[in-house]
Amino acid sequence: MNTENSVPQFSICILEEQTQLTLADLCRACAVHEERIIELVDMGVLEPQGREPARWVFGGASLNRARVAMRLQRDLEIDLAGAALALELLDEIASLRARLRAMGGE
Amino acid sequence: MEFKDYYKIMEVKRDATQDEIKRSYRKLARKYHPDVSKEADAEARFKELGEAYEVLGDAEKRVAYDQLGADFKGGQEFRPPPDWNTGFEFSGGGFPGGDAADNSDFFSSLFGQGFRTGGAGRSAPHAEGEDHHAKVRINLEDTFQGATRTITLRVPGVDANGHVVARERVLNVTIPKGIREGQHIRLSGQGSAGAGGRAGDLYLQVEFQPHPLFRGEGRDIYLDLPVTPWEAALGATIKVPTLGGIVELKIPEGSSSGRKLRLKGRGIPGTPPGDCYVILAIALPPADTEAAQAFYRKMAQELNFNPRAKMGL
Repeated sequence: MNTENSVPQFSICILEEQTQLTLADLCRACAVHEERIIELVDMGVLEPQGREPARWVFGGASLNRARVAMRLQRDLEIDLAGAALALELLDEIASLRARLRAMGGE
Repeated sequence: MEFKDYYKIMEVKRDATQDEIKRSYRKLARKYHPDVSKEADAEARFKELGEAYEVLGDAEKRVAYDQLGADFKGGQEFRPPPDWNTGFEFSGGGFPGGDAADNSDFFSSLFGQGFRTGGAGRSAPHAEGEDHHAKVRINLEDTFQGATRTITLRVPGVDANGHVVARERVLNVTIPKGIREGQHIRLSGQGSAGAGGRAGDLYLQVEFQPHPLFRGEGRDIYLDLPVTPWEAALGATIKVPTLGGIVELKIPEGSSSGRKLRLKGRGIPGTPPGDCYVILAIALPPADTEAAQAFYRKMAQELNFNPRAKMGL
């Protein structure tokens, strides 16, 4: 049996709140080459700060967005533009659902 | 082990053409993709679908599967026939997403647990370790108070014979106060160890366990609160449960069902903290005694109330 003491404990952070990611961080987290991330930026799926790829800084939420875009492309056999459109529509559905809930019409 | 009816899962007839199977797979994949679907069991359905397509979408595997016969029903107890698989050689490859450790026992007993290729365009082996991703289910209370949770991860590994096996890894994770559904916890250096370079990170996506009273929406917490007709009509100060304990809430007079009242700052902690929204639901006392029925009749006579007046009735 594992007791509390035998298991190592770690400090953690909430990705979406405190974290800023570089291009290299995103590539490693998504297990892709940097061209794939650059494509996502060119398509407007990710919006980093900074002018050139080497200086790009991404918000923590970019990681999940990038991974969803990759999964959609792979699993649904759609291209990047299709995945970008799907992501935008999913965002819109999420905000409409939130508004619907706020109006009490769930 | 249960028999899996892949034709039923793929919603095609047993004599469907390969093209029909492919079309059905694409359609159902869009419907049940976990990033798209809001169905509660989307992830399980999508995995099952991937497995079914792996068999029926591959002409060789489909012929082998068909050999089992049409007599089996999904969910029926199943054991592969002794001569199963003789004379077949599977060329493999072309797997959809997911990893082999996720395949059902039924699939593995028929086709083994070969390596899956593919994935999201996996890059060449890194000197640095890879990042890992997993999901973790926590209680709403954990995000309110902060908590330490012991988490068991099933990590796919490869055994001495080259088979894919699931290993267990136990971690104590501090759940940060104020984390919201869908957010990710990053544990630096807890991914796989690199060949010389730094270890990868582990990302845990947070899901909330359904709570008997509350539901979380972003930073806010929602509670459906039953009130009596007289509390709603006359106004009252009543006790209300929140994540932080019981508080008193003033119900304004003349409240109707569905009215939303806000307990500011009583939601998920943060800067600023979320709010707790209380949705009133007027509960009718049952008319199950003579006295209660007499009381309802008295209301009918004295209140002169027509809720359908706007309908012209």
